[in-house]
Amino acid sequence: MCAICGCSGTLIAKKRPARGEGALTFRLPQTSKSDDPEQVDKVQLRVIQVERDLLAKNNDYADINRQNLRERGIFALNLVSSPGSGKTSLLVKTIVALNGELPLAVIEGDQQTEHDAERIRVAGAKAVQINTGRGCHLDAQRVGQAMAQLDLQHDSLLLIENVGNLVCPAGFDLGEAHKVVILSVTEGEDKPLKYPDMFCAADLMLLNKCDLLPYLDFDADLAIEYAQRVNPKLQVIRISAKSGEGMSAWLAWLKAGCATASDA
Amino acid sequence: MHEMSLAENLLQIFETSAVTQNFRHVRIVVLEIGKLSAVEPDAMRFCFDIVMRGTLAEDAVLDIIETPGAGCCRNCGAVFAMDALYGLCPVCDSPHLQITAGRLMRVKDLSVE
Repeated sequence: MCAICGCSGTLIAKKRPARGEGALTFRLPQTSKSDDPEQVDKVQLRVIQVERDLLAKNNDYADINRQNLRERGIFALNLVSSPGSGKTSLLVKTIVALNGELPLAVIEGDQQTEHDAERIRVAGAKAVQINTGRGCHLDAQRVGQAMAQLDLQHDSLLLIENVGNLVCPAGFDLGEAHKVVILSVTEGEDKPLKYPDMFCAADLMLLNKCDLLPYLDFDADLAIEYAQRVNPKLQVIRISAKSGEGMSAWLAWLKAGCATASDA
Repeated sequence: MHEMSLAENLLQIFETSAVTQNFRHVRIVVLEIGKLSAVEPDAMRFCFDIVMRGTLAEDAVLDIIETPGAGCCRNCGAVFAMDALYGLCPVCDSPHLQITAGRLMRVKDLSVE
């Protein structure tokens, strides 16, 4: 039996060869009916050094997107959260509140349906929907293709709404200036501690649905403390897409980001 | 389950290397996965087996080396091991930490024929 995984092949070398050393011998699982060891395939394996990051291809596409955005002065944000945190409603309210003050476009990521892109278009912004199928996150290549479809304006705002998932999108750079994580007060305060990757990767947290706080036991201060324990540099805005609380701070943050991207 | 797309990326790396390095089959894959990288080795093994079916790496042995996490304190400069993405500096209690190791996920080497 193979020493590594217990398969029916036989790894002849007892330990991994040092860098640059020659071949391992690996005896394939027996495919013939013969039990004669002489009949077993014996092959010489060659060890090649690869040393390539699993995300290298995505990171290459993200670099292309970032360069493309920088050249056109576009401020791009990657909005991430669990499903149901109110990302799309917040985007719709943002588009309405900006009222054409900033040219903007939206890339919507969902596993299936065009529903979100349609909501954005009704609100008055250009939108492209990416359906990831079984994929649990947007990747930089597909975002690059969506950017090409959108015919983005110079000095504009690009809002990318990622698939609702607090785990996987954290590791996939899309070329954005910042990840913005949305946590809603109908979730648990300790979500930042339970899912630290995303709160670690984000630069801004929007604590959404704050209009519901009087009806819930949710401790907003504690949630913010937990989030900043994970990421001490995380900025926070308390917001409600429904009541409009915090919208002016969020719009000011967007405008400041757009001004910086446009000057760069 | 981003391990599924990572396994698909892995297959692309094999396919590209097969052309440039001239091999037909991958038999052993050595991955280095950092303990702070958000990749679950068991999930990776599961997805690897599914993705590699019917490819040049079908039945390949997946050897995962888990590399430890490490960090340093932005406040006092102390250097220490880390087993989570956040925490307090063991010397000065500051939460302002910089992760210096353990986030990498890479293919180290392949045994091929």
